[in-house]
Amino acid sequence: MEVKKDYLSTRKQFDKTKLLAPAFMVVLFVIGLFQSGFTFIVNSLDASYFIGYMAIGVTFVIITAGIDLSLGTNLICAAIIGGYAYNALHLPMVWCLLIVVAIGTTLGFLNGLMVAYLKLPPFIATLGMMMIGMGLGAIVTNVTTERYPTFGSPGAEFKTIFYKTTADSPLGAGIPLGAFWLSLFFIISMVLLNKTKFGRYTYAIGSNIEAARLSGIKTRPWLTAVYTFCGFCSGLAGVMYAAVYTSIIPSTGNGFELLGIAGAVIGGTSLMGGLGTIPGTMIGVFIMSFLKQVLFGWGFQPHVQTFISGIVVILAVLLDQWRIKQSTKVRKV
Amino acid sequence: MAEVLLEMKGIQKYFPGVHALDNAYLSVKKGEVHGLVGENGAGKTTLMRVLAGILKKDGGTITFRGKEIEASDPRHALALGIGMIHQELNLMPHLTVAQNIFIGKELKKGIFLDERSENKQAYDMLAALNIDIDPTIPVGKLTVAKQQMVEIAKALSYDSELLIMDEPTAALTENEIQELFKVIRDLRERGHSIIYISHRLDELPQITDRVTVMRDGQYIGTEETRSVTKEKIINMMVGRTIYEKPKVASTVPEGAPVVLKVENLTGRNVKGVSFELRKGEILGFAGLMGAGRTETMRVLFGADPATGGKIYVNGKEVTIKSPSDAIAKGICYLSEDRKAFGLAVGLSLRDNCVMASLEEFTTGPFTNDKKIDETTWEFVKKIDIKTPSIRQLVRNLSGGNQQKTVVAKWLIRNSDILIFDEPTRGIDVGAKQEIYKLMNVLASEGKSIIMISSEMPELLRMSDRVIVMCEGSKTGEIDIAEATQEKIMTLATMNI
Repeated sequence: MEVKKDYLSTRKQFDKTKLLAPAFMVVLFVIGLFQSGFTFIVNSLDASYFIGYMAIGVTFVIITAGIDLSLGTNLICAAIIGGYAYNALHLPMVWCLLIVVAIGTTLGFLNGLMVAYLKLPPFIATLGMMMIGMGLGAIVTNVTTERYPTFGSPGAEFKTIFYKTTADSPLGAGIPLGAFWLSLFFIISMVLLNKTKFGRYTYAIGSNIEAARLSGIKTRPWLTAVYTFCGFCSGLAGVMYAAVYTSIIPSTGNGFELLGIAGAVIGGTSLMGGLGTIPGTMIGVFIMSFLKQVLFGWGFQPHVQTFISGIVVILAVLLDQWRIKQSTKVRKV
Repeated sequence: MAEVLLEMKGIQKYFPGVHALDNAYLSVKKGEVHGLVGENGAGKTTLMRVLAGILKKDGGTITFRGKEIEASDPRHALALGIGMIHQELNLMPHLTVAQNIFIGKELKKGIFLDERSENKQAYDMLAALNIDIDPTIPVGKLTVAKQQMVEIAKALSYDSELLIMDEPTAALTENEIQELFKVIRDLRERGHSIIYISHRLDELPQITDRVTVMRDGQYIGTEETRSVTKEKIINMMVGRTIYEKPKVASTVPEGAPVVLKVENLTGRNVKGVSFELRKGEILGFAGLMGAGRTETMRVLFGADPATGGKIYVNGKEVTIKSPSDAIAKGICYLSEDRKAFGLAVGLSLRDNCVMASLEEFTTGPFTNDKKIDETTWEFVKKIDIKTPSIRQLVRNLSGGNQQKTVVAKWLIRNSDILIFDEPTRGIDVGAKQEIYKLMNVLASEGKSIIMISSEMPELLRMSDRVIVMCEGSKTGEIDIAEATQEKIMTLATMNI
């Protein structure tokens, strides 16, 4: 028998291939800064807020070996009903924003019930919910575009708090406060995933749900909670979307979920479940938005940007598979 | 005499259409290792799943530590002191060793998990079992044997007085089995009781104190391991007498031609293997797990790339780059994992039978269903596949009949060289006999068979010649007339 190693104090050998994705992000960031300086940061952030929240939410779901296709239309559904509450029902803005979050959370909860209790495959359950969300928003608003108040008008205070400051702010104009809130949420969800029972069970369910069940974990409520959390994130994404884009057009949102999923997947989340991290996902999200801005700066049209983004998604996942293969090759336990 | 820890009496369990447990009985004493044996489908695992709270019983009583209990779920059973180590290991591969051990009873500091304490305690638990495993690495990166140790540590972390092990040695090498036995004996010393389910009857005298035999969901009897013979146990299991006598001499006719000659074959974990196979011969391949037997056959079959060596079929050199090359030369490979590689279990018997030779059963773009049905029936009768219909889904056939279906598939394809990789793994004693009979018939009809097996009695009983491998190399070749378990074992551990 070999000599016992002191496993608990030795630091693990660091896997350098893990640095590839962050390095790519930094390269894009530097190119962007040279292109257009501060504007680059602002534009990238604006486009990243709602995707960031969605991506964080869907990361939890994907780690359980599930998927949420309803994120995008749910966020629009939530945001448009919130706008309707403000414009047609004249509720105070605070209430409207709470409604947005509540609708997102509820739709997520329903997804969870379908997946965990009715045993529907997540792809099917959330595909149905995607259409329901799209329809519901349009039905409630009678197919009208809902506009949130613009900067400076009454009711738009939430924009200066959650999105960016205006000239009358003590911080000065144009400070992207959204970045602060997203960072805060990033840290909270990281703690949630790594330091709490909820996170541990998220991994456990994705890794081997039967083993988790036989270990005495009540998998159904926990799985429902994961989808509910994802819905909550789409609600938050809805608030940010309203803050940044103001107009919510009915029957849109279809396809947004794929941006969130792409972010998670580029960040190393495995669709087979059990693997994924929040920092990875955020890096994935920013690789996508930096890339778009950089390509825009080089004069590429939006459709070309999308085309190249698609290639990046595929390459990123190929790279990740290769990376995992490398790291398991050297193991000798 | 040691007191009784567990008594299960008159246990009934019904599944749709099946009376799975019929008045089953089991009594386990404190501090004993109690073997539980029976053919597949005898109800061992079902009985244990009832005990562990995974299934609800439909009748009977369970008395544990003198009190009547009924575990409502696995967690409840653990709390009562009953832990089960499942055949398909129930760990979460992406979670670390410590996280797996503490799943469901995480250590916390306030609302946060206390990973540091978990790691430390997990390390101590494993050390107490004399097991050296890093608690911070993902379980998926451990060998099966080590994963099993983690399972044991996990079960013990609930203070389980009774541990159920369902075929723990099925995937272990000889060395690993000995390690496991050491741990089991150690647990017995400390007063734990263990219910030990196994198909490998030869293990029972090594590790168990008493053995209970089940058949068709019923209790057959309990014996002291010391005073019972293997034949008696087999007899109890199958309800009839089966003799497992080794072959005394090769049955290959003098001067039978060499149909397959392999020279210096190399590949991943295959180091220069050479051998000859003659017409009508059953050539056994012995070795420990990881000896490179399966790898050799995969290279020979073209499933994995060869890095060197020559292959001759009927005296002519051939190039085999893919399984389809091998099949065209009449070589077929019957994988040990039938479900993963050999059969499409969701399809019918007839579809599986003709899968490898569909071109013979088509007219233009259409399949000739009449011919398919006739041929399938012919082979179903010939090799005695027991099925109500050739349209039966393979999933619904028993293990032995599934194995026969694979054989039928390759016979229909007209293969002359059949490579059987662990042909009787996971099938029960009765079905084993059928497979043995079939292999003998095939050999006598002039088919040539390579049989990889980890079961010594099977090798000695079936083979005309045995080739022994160790760590990727051939370490010996023994004629059956001179083969003994000891000789094979010595050769199989030569390089270690």
